[in-house]
Amino acid sequence: MATKTIEQVESHFEMFQILNENGEVVNKDAMPDLSDEQLQEIMHRMVYTRIWDQRAISLNRQGRLGFYAPVAGQEASMIGSHYALEKEDWILPGYRDVPQVVWHGLPLYQAFLYSRGHFHGGQIPEGVNILPPQIIIGAQIVQAAGVALGLKRRHKDNVAITYTGDGGASQGDFYEGMNFAGAYEAPAIFVVQNNQFAISVPVEEQSAAKTIAQKAVAAGIHGVQVDGMDILAMYSVTETARKNALNGEPTLIESVCYRYGPHTMAGDDPTRYRTEELDNEWEKKDPLIRFRKFLEDKDLWNEEKENEVVDQAKADIKEAIKQADDTPKQKASDLIEIMYEKLPQNLQEQLEEYREKESK
Amino acid sequence: MAQMTMIQAITDAMRTELKNDENVLVYGEDVGQNGGVFRATEGLQDEFGEERVFDTPLAESGIGGLTLGLAVTGFRPVMEIQFFGFVFETMDEVVGQIARLRYRTGGKYGAPVTIRTPYGGGVKTPELHADSLEGIIAQSPGISVVIPSTPYDAKGLLISAIRSNDPVFYLEHMKLYRSFREEVPEEEYTVEIGKADVKREGKDVTLIAYGAMVHTCLKAADQLAEEGYEAEVIDLRTVSPIDMDTIVESVKKTNRAVMVQEAQRQAGVGSNVMADLNERAILHLEAPVLRVAAPDTVFPFAAAEDVWLPNENDVIEKAKAVLNF
Ligand SMILES: Cc1ncc(C[n+]2csc(CCOP(=O)(O)OP(=O)(O)O)c2C)c(N)n1
Ligand SMILES: [Mg+2]
Repeated sequence: MATKTIEQVESHFEMFQILNENGEVVNKDAMPDLSDEQLQEIMHRMVYTRIWDQRAISLNRQGRLGFYAPVAGQEASMIGSHYALEKEDWILPGYRDVPQVVWHGLPLYQAFLYSRGHFHGGQIPEGVNILPPQIIIGAQIVQAAGVALGLKRRHKDNVAITYTGDGGASQGDFYEGMNFAGAYEAPAIFVVQNNQFAISVPVEEQSAAKTIAQKAVAAGIHGVQVDGMDILAMYSVTETARKNALNGEPTLIESVCYRYGPHTMAGDDPTRYRTEELDNEWEKKDPLIRFRKFLEDKDLWNEEKENEVVDQAKADIKEAIKQADDTPKQKASDLIEIMYEKLPQNLQEQLEEYREKESK
Repeated sequence: MAQMTMIQAITDAMRTELKNDENVLVYGEDVGQNGGVFRATEGLQDEFGEERVFDTPLAESGIGGLTLGLAVTGFRPVMEIQFFGFVFETMDEVVGQIARLRYRTGGKYGAPVTIRTPYGGGVKTPELHADSLEGIIAQSPGISVVIPSTPYDAKGLLISAIRSNDPVFYLEHMKLYRSFREEVPEEEYTVEIGKADVKREGKDVTLIAYGAMVHTCLKAADQLAEEGYEAEVIDLRTVSPIDMDTIVESVKKTNRAVMVQEAQRQAGVGSNVMADLNERAILHLEAPVLRVAAPDTVFPFAAAEDVWLPNENDVIEKAKAVLNF
């Protein structure tokens, strides 16, 4: 009896796809309504992000960037879901979700400062509705329910979207976040980027559930599993999720994808836990290759366009690094000043002490 | 004897106890095949099998609950929290449940649990990885808090922790993992929990520290010696309970003391030591006990660590202030 229920539930979670690995449309009815310019813009963002990822990795190796979690392989998942959002929507990212917040309006040089561990990286510009990338796995998920309820109470036509990984879906906070959003009929979208590993731990070891998407069932919210290497599918499910969210129906989106690089640049060695065969298998599903093929067939993309984006990305990154370099170094007194609106007595004393030290 | 880094000594202690007692289990996030993100459990799964050394799902509260459950079914769990800052996710299991288990069951069930976790500044980690949160655990009755500063102590203390029938929180300073090697016996030995160690003898001033600050104090003591002052350096090794006997004995000799901690002034365990010194040794003191600590902010963003963490100069300055009081 119980087994039967699980099988019935699991049979509902087949992976949604629009573009297959060869860039062919396999689900015509589901094609999102995007103009040629929009399709080109999406490709632009994926290429740009891939170049930025490569540069970030080499800058980190040169010691010119700090903490960095590579994103190659996850561009469709990140950019497709983000492209379905409106400017006023809120994003609660995890540490890897820097592309989404930059495309939402965080200046690139501030993303670099965040990576270097400079407080200005967290000083989000007015009108950019994001929180800084979350380090504590799961914390952002419960908070997303709160932001969503806030938006609802303020009668905004906006949603809160939050991102975590396959490992993150094991945290208690993950269940609490979905459950709260469902209970309050709050406009929330929960994206789990299932890139197959939580550092070294394969997704199969995280749970007995066959999909992460099915975890939505117990919370009473929508759940869908998507090919996370297919940007049209990612866009389409997020667009639907957004509409549902505004009707008080949250969605859990499981995006099935892969990270090509190491977990972060801090000494992770993927050869300890994955095989080259697996890497190769996933690289065949690459989101850029298949979307490029799709656009080329429509005469919407060519080498010249690609090179333009590459050059622009490189120039922007150079400029952003320069701007990050030019930002004044942070002092202990800066950190003291940002602790409270009004400094309490202990910090007032310490502020004076550190200012004096710093003036020497 | 072998030359070992602190992390090798830690691995060696776990291997020793996995061999000695089949009830010992070692687990946490990435602890199995990957050998832990710092390689503290390197090779242990291959040697002892997946039933005894294993990965858990990514959920610290789950790991804590699992630990209590395994403890009451007769196991001797050694759980890892990948970084100390994630202790908040499992604070209820550690402080609200495991530390109280013996009390709640009127002495029926102890919790022979070891909780290992890396912490400590100077390695430029992201937020909530490096914070010195030991004061929060140290304030909780029912659990000891151990912080080794040398490879030798690391092995002996970890073996004691694993053998203890009460829970021990075992903190590993990241900066010390591979910073130096020393002679560590290959055979088993223990270092008693709750006992401080005089790491350098001196007659003029007592410097009290733990974790990486022990080495900061030793460097400061070298410099003070050049100026003619003999500093005694005490390594607490266990920050709850605190070995006041060793501290008071030293202060009776030096009559002067400085408390040094990496934690913020309002955090850590320094204020406890100072309050106790006031109660037990005020008549032996010729100057107020001063302290070196970090400012009362959140642990700094990586790029500001160097200006935020206490250093030798801070220790020397405070030592001279009590010496010249
Ligand atoms: C509460 C908490 N526990 C553990 C960690 C350490 N950690 C950082 S990333 C990670 C794995 C996350 O895997 P997943 O959720 O699949 O996301 P991915 O990194 O693959 O994008 C772990 C264990 C953390 N940052 N926060
Ligand atoms: Mg993952």
